[in-house]
Amino acid sequence: MPLITDRKTKPQYDVIIVGSGAGGGMAALILALNGMKVLMIEAGRNYEPQVETPMFNTPEMAPLRGNKTPGKPFGYYDATVDGGWQVPGEPYTNKEGTEGAFWWWRSRMLGGRTNHWGRISLRFGPHDFRCASRDGLGVNWPMSYDDISPWYDRVEMLIGVYGENSGIENAPDSPPGVLQPAPKPRIGELMAKKAGKKTGVPIVAARRAVLSQPMQGQRLAKELFPNNPKAQEIMALDMSLRAPCFWATDCGRGCSIRANFQSTTVLIPPALATGNLDIITDAMVREVIIGPDGKATGVHYIDKTTRRDVVAKARVVILAASTCETSRILLNSKARDKAGLANSSGQVGKNLMDSVGTSLGSHIPAMENLPPLNEDGAGGIHVYSPWWLVSQHAKLGFARGYHIEMGGGRRMPTVASLAVLDSKSPTTYGSKLKEDARRYYGASFGFAGRGEMIPNKDCYSELDPNVVDQWGIPVLRFHWKWSDHEIKQAEHMQNTFAELIEEMGGKATPKSGRDAIQRPGEIIHEVGTARMGEKASESVTNQFCQTWDVKNLFLMDGSVLPSNPDKNPTLTILALAWRSSEYLMDEMKKGNI
Amino acid sequence: MSQKPTSLSRRDALKWFAGSSAASAIAPAIIAAPNETEQAPPSFPTRSAIYDPNFAKPVYPWEKVLATEELKTANSLADIILPKDALGPAASEVGVADFINEWISAPIDKHEEESEIIRGGLSWLNTESFRRFEKRFEELTPEQQIQIVDDICDATKSKPEHHIGAIFFQHFRSLSISGYYTHSATWKGLGYVGNISIAGPYPGVPDELIKKLGLEDVA
Ligand SMILES: Cc1cc2nc3c(=O)[nH]c(=O)nc-3n(C[C@H](O)[C@H](O)[C@H](O)COP(=O)(O)OP(=O)(O)OC[C@H]3O[C@@H](n4cnc5c(N)ncnc54)[C@H](O)[C@@H]3O)c2cc1C
Ligand code: SF4
Repeated sequence: MPLITDRKTKPQYDVIIVGSGAGGGMAALILALNGMKVLMIEAGRNYEPQVETPMFNTPEMAPLRGNKTPGKPFGYYDATVDGGWQVPGEPYTNKEGTEGAFWWWRSRMLGGRTNHWGRISLRFGPHDFRCASRDGLGVNWPMSYDDISPWYDRVEMLIGVYGENSGIENAPDSPPGVLQPAPKPRIGELMAKKAGKKTGVPIVAARRAVLSQPMQGQRLAKELFPNNPKAQEIMALDMSLRAPCFWATDCGRGCSIRANFQSTTVLIPPALATGNLDIITDAMVREVIIGPDGKATGVHYIDKTTRRDVVAKARVVILAASTCETSRILLNSKARDKAGLANSSGQVGKNLMDSVGTSLGSHIPAMENLPPLNEDGAGGIHVYSPWWLVSQHAKLGFARGYHIEMGGGRRMPTVASLAVLDSKSPTTYGSKLKEDARRYYGASFGFAGRGEMIPNKDCYSELDPNVVDQWGIPVLRFHWKWSDHEIKQAEHMQNTFAELIEEMGGKATPKSGRDAIQRPGEIIHEVGTARMGEKASESVTNQFCQTWDVKNLFLMDGSVLPSNPDKNPTLTILALAWRSSEYLMDEMKKGNI
Repeated sequence: MSQKPTSLSRRDALKWFAGSSAASAIAPAIIAAPNETEQAPPSFPTRSAIYDPNFAKPVYPWEKVLATEELKTANSLADIILPKDALGPAASEVGVADFINEWISAPIDKHEEESEIIRGGLSWLNTESFRRFEKRFEELTPEQQIQIVDDICDATKSKPEHHIGAIFFQHFRSLSISGYYTHSATWKGLGYVGNISIAGPYPGVPDELIKKLGLEDVA
């Protein structure tokens, strides 16, 4: 089924949504199911996972055996179109004096980065919304866990998330009937669990947006859309048509059978089925247009195929172009205010955060020469460690926690899979080499930490006064500096991983925090550049993603997050977008917008 | 879980990116009426082989450097490193030399360094073969070939006069391993049995194995 039929726009819409990723896709679905006329504008090309995903393709079918290249930094088959650390013709810069350049990952395709994300879907916990009250750092959220938890429930039911309730403080459980069963752990994961028991690190079922069994479309649709028969009908059918995971193929390539969550497989098809959604791809939004009354009247975009400038109009504008792009659009919308749109607080572009990341892995002798076993699994992690030292920060010397992602074992061989032979069997050739390859293949395991960073005044983005992209739009210039909290946290990660590895029988030398911490932006959890808050003077939006300055302008992506808990952001972006879309429709009904 | 990006060499960056213009044009000021109805856009308006490859028709956007003679030498050395045996096909049956050729020809910094080592090394190997036996490497008898290979397979022990050959062998062996095991025809021998669909729940680890590894308390 083609995702787009016509390149058409109407003179006027109820809502324009900029961006088709997690936030944009969710807003489009909820609004369209409720009868709103929606125009989605996406800078990238149309993308059809059902026909384009290279599900079973093997490396020998690809240049360089599928290895990464500058144009495909995560490998040939990765579901990133026209993107990566650089987008051709759309540069960004780093300000002089920055400590380690910020890396900005983008893709230019329908569905954005949801086509290839890791599908790790963790709820923020009650403490995360009250972080400043607990340790005096950063800011609190203008909402509590109780405000958002029903929306987490809904999102998990709508997109399908596998996992288990482990009852760990600040890693919330889901209500019964919400989660799908988690797949069983693989050999390395069991060994890690055992090591975790010894070292006091809990290792439990991961939560990922992957279907481990068919969806009960009828039941779920009824629960999710109680007073909306049309929505029930569309969603019941669409959910029932999604296949569960068949335990093969890397989720990063996307999923043609719709077993995992992508905006293009889970949100956009049913949204289109309502007949209420139009989509324009290859359309790069330059700015939001503001009328004489200070309200948004629409957006100005560049039709990339013709290089024509076009204006589209609506009663409400939602920006969901991804954290940094959304604040870039605001900063570039200067019709009334030199500081940029919705920026009376001066916070647009500020408070940029990524996750703290570092990893450590090792050869594990006990994994050598095991009988062949299919370990493809769910195309991503089956287990993880939620942060387990919530009450011990006073002792630790850093304020916030991290979770651990982990993996190893016998995955589809890549160019680097047998690099272990360079050290373990460096001089062999012939049949002996092949025996050693069989012995050492997959006998390794690694841990990666994802930790919470605290917003600081040195981490921000702004417009570069001297550079524009190929569409003539001023580009972002980043500035970055880690605080001691992040450095110490990275060091703690390294030590924890080394302990786990030693316990598994491997050898590891932990690095210092400074040496270990990955680059700013490299974990690709960038959030915070238009944060929500209690007051207009200190934040860009209220708790419903509505900008304080422009009532009919909403921001529905990671830009509104006031803090960046260690739990990867996408589930929260989805929950906020749904909650805010309901609020938005309510306000429209009341005549407030 | 991120990986480090590799960098393009400056020389080839231009060649590589040609067509995906990075020029910064000032946009025209014409504003069209927002009421167009046009044909659906082609799915791939200006598809780049680098940033948006067509998986069904992969393109290798660079020239391969090795000459036929060099490829012959590469094939015969690769087959000594990874011969046909009970654990799978010979390197030459799964395109290892072609992969090495493709790899060292790619306009990427790291690969260019490797290119010098590999090409220089292949020539070194033939020179050494001539010096000892007055023939190219691929024309030697298996015993003669092994005699040379044994002199260069361990860079920590090789004689000074074989040092260049030994460094080359290390790199060539690594690339051969990469090329060999990324071909699906070698996976059975390696012990990779995935990339097939399984119905029902994920089976997990068999009980005997759990027992053997002493993992009963965590399974
Ligand atoms: C390799 C990788 C792994 C990840 N793993 C995880 C994970 O396991 N868990 C998790 O929670 N998160 C993960 N993430 C992060 C996740 O992808 C993002 O949080 C999520 O996609 C953000 O959604 P979004 O809607 O804000 O932006 P995006 O998904 O980036 O979508 C934004 C869209 O807007 C379009 N756009 C941008 N600018 C404009 C413009 N000016 N005009 C029109 N359109 C525009 C873009 O082309 C894009 O399609 C991962 C990311 C990567 C890259
Ligand atoms: S592992 Fe499962 S969810 Fe992931 S791409 Fe393969 S079939 Fe889809």
